[in-house]
Amino acid sequence: MNALVVEPWLVLSFAAVIFFIGLTGVLIRRNILVLLMCIELMLNAVNLTFVMFSKQLENLGGQMAVFFIMTVAAAEAAVGLGLVIALFRTLRTVDTDQIQLLKE
Amino acid sequence: MDLNPYFFFAFAGLAVAFALMVVLKKNPVASAFSLVMVFFCFAAIYAMMNAHLVATLQVLVYAGAIMVLFIFVIMLLAVDVESFDLGRSHRGLRVGAGAMTVTLLALFVWMFRNTATFGKHGTHTLEQIQAVGGNTQAVSQLMFSDYILPFELTSVLLLAGIVGAVAIAKRQSARKEAK
Repeated sequence: MNALVVEPWLVLSFAAVIFFIGLTGVLIRRNILVLLMCIELMLNAVNLTFVMFSKQLENLGGQMAVFFIMTVAAAEAAVGLGLVIALFRTLRTVDTDQIQLLKE
Repeated sequence: MDLNPYFFFAFAGLAVAFALMVVLKKNPVASAFSLVMVFFCFAAIYAMMNAHLVATLQVLVYAGAIMVLFIFVIMLLAVDVESFDLGRSHRGLRVGAGAMTVTLLALFVWMFRNTATFGKHGTHTLEQIQAVGGNTQAVSQLMFSDYILPFELTSVLLLAGIVGAVAIAKRQSARKEAK
């Protein structure tokens, strides 16, 4: 019996660690590009959770969910980066502290 | 679980280290390349979990398409490296965010450790997937039978994404032409 066995909870905990690193990044960073990258990190952690449960419950529906999440992530990155470019055109910044058009 | 523990812990450790670098690096380009490494580590873990199609798509879509988009936009915007924001953010916010995420993470790990996964087991056992002809074959058959409607709706979503991205990014020049 090998002492080092990767239990399912270890994989789920690893996904949770990545998810919360991404969440912390969204909370403390101010650069929109890094915020979008942190969102990708969180989506990836969720994907890993889906694959883990798909394996554990012997149901490939989880891997289908990963496929759809990837599609949404790609669309989100394209639209999000389009928004960043539009913002940079008008405000000349990618800093979320500088984006206060509604305050003025 | 049939994961090789050494490879799993190696890739998991690498992924956590690079994920921290994504958050903590000053330069957005460094963040982006750390993110690529995180994606590759995830792909390796997917491959070890017999999710071969997901692993391939991870490399193609995330490490390929999405990261090219990120790098391209960083290059276009020419953001100065000096604008590091971490030190400027509110100290209370940083401490609060750290404390909150650590607490939630401890809660999650405790929950994963002490609760059993329940739910109805499906029919896709390892032997059944082997009999069908591998993971990719099994997922593809599922995609074009049970999940055909979501699959087709995905194309609508992508079309909306393309149109939206072009409309948002080109707005300024279109307005100039209207004048």
